[in-house]
Amino acid sequence: MRKRICSVFGLLIVVLMFAVSGWSGEKILKMSTTTSTQSSGLLDILLPAFEDATGIKIKVIAKGTGAAIRDGQDGNVDLIFVHAIERENAFVREGFGTKRYPVMHNDFVLLGPASDPAEIKGEKNAAAALARIAGAKAMFISRGDDSGTHTKEQALWGSSDVEMKEMSQTIIKKGIEKKITSNRPAGSESWYISVGQGMGKVITYADEKQAYTLADRGTYIKYKFGKTPAIELDILSEGDLELANPYGVIPVNPEKYPHVQFALAMQFVNWITGAHGQQLIEDYRLEGKQLFYPDAL
Amino acid sequence: MDLLLDSLKSAFLLLLSYDPELFAIVGVSLKVSAISTLLASLLGVPCGFIIAYSSFYGKRLLLTCLNTLLAMPTVVIGLLVYSFISRRGMFGSLELLYTQKAIIIGQVILIVPLVTTLTIAAISRIDNRYRNTALTLGATQLQMAWVIIQEARYGIGAAVIAAFGRVIAEVGISMMLGGNAKGFTRTMTTAMALEYDKGEFVLAVALGLTLMTIAFGINLLFHFFQGRTYVDTV
Repeated sequence: MRKRICSVFGLLIVVLMFAVSGWSGEKILKMSTTTSTQSSGLLDILLPAFEDATGIKIKVIAKGTGAAIRDGQDGNVDLIFVHAIERENAFVREGFGTKRYPVMHNDFVLLGPASDPAEIKGEKNAAAALARIAGAKAMFISRGDDSGTHTKEQALWGSSDVEMKEMSQTIIKKGIEKKITSNRPAGSESWYISVGQGMGKVITYADEKQAYTLADRGTYIKYKFGKTPAIELDILSEGDLELANPYGVIPVNPEKYPHVQFALAMQFVNWITGAHGQQLIEDYRLEGKQLFYPDAL
Repeated sequence: MDLLLDSLKSAFLLLLSYDPELFAIVGVSLKVSAISTLLASLLGVPCGFIIAYSSFYGKRLLLTCLNTLLAMPTVVIGLLVYSFISRRGMFGSLELLYTQKAIIIGQVILIVPLVTTLTIAAISRIDNRYRNTALTLGATQLQMAWVIIQEARYGIGAAVIAAFGRVIAEVGISMMLGGNAKGFTRTMTTAMALEYDKGEFVLAVALGLTLMTIAFGINLLFHFFQGRTYVDTV
């Protein structure tokens, strides 16, 4: 009896393994990307077009930029498609990626309630707007998840005249002590809330609390015009050059991880930075609004 | 293997460093879980008792429903409570969303069925003669209930421990209703989910080990007290 049970389980495991490994004939590329490319709907246009052109399927794993880069560092994926230019450059410098290819950009916007208690509406300078929020002690919701948006937010606070406080945590990595740091305004416990979640959730959070937050335009449009009930937050500050948000794609280095499908990854890079991919990005509209501006041509 | 070793060292560092942030997270976790377990026990144990000792039409159906509720995913409860306490929801004006109270509401809903069914199971196992003896000795209904609870206390204790384990380990409700706000509603599990999202696996596993250590400590404490009462009564 026990033998029979064992063999049934064994069979089940074998079947499951086959099921998850898929059929070997298909060309599948694994890509880690940020939640913003996924939730903006752009990938739903790009990936089928790419598959039509090349026969390559792309398996998308959408996470925060930090986790997406981590996937690349661990060799879990064949390429990454993210938006945190300095960390992308570091990724290449440390040998995890071969090269960063600029793809497109969009921009960040400062959102807030219509009542605008910190009076930042129309303030073109994003850092100055943040300083006013700090001055009014108006509630501000931070991603706090080490994502591209969070990286940008910390940089903006840094360039404002608000006093910052560094938070750090010590961990051991590969036997070496390492510090993880993040910055937040000093003495902001009562109004600066770090929620550590994705963009969509943070916008919902800010909407619930009628608070300020920094968001990428794509996710904002989706939540403002593509959803019922729409969020009750408006763009209060936009257009600062500091708010530009460039996206790049980086193939994982095959010298570091021989198992990655570098040739397929390069096919995607060439396609998305080529005429067809760039045109699709240029033409993409969400609720009638252009979201991304191609950078490669 | 490296990951586990690094995480172990980091966990020790974390625990030894008296990091106020970590203690705040652990504090929120313990406080919220303890309150929800207490409330759920106050609701679930009497409910289980009443259901076990009464016979009514549809009792089996009710038991089946209760058992089904045990399989309710935390995200479903999260969504349900969310729709009520969101700013646009029925109780939006109470501003409950993204507070510890919201987590407690969700967690109580999660574990009341668990406490109830386990209490029913514990009480059903008690020999009916206890009840009959108590009644023939002139015990009132309340005194009879007390006798039964005394006899079933290990089972009921196990129900409470199981409920506490369920809430301190759950992440869906804490994330959806608490919002993972640092210093307010960040619990051990949501902090772990966040560190995973950030790609900081070492810290995530270290937090996990910390959680297990604390859970172990609490269970030890519980067994210590339970063991004592057992020895005292023999």
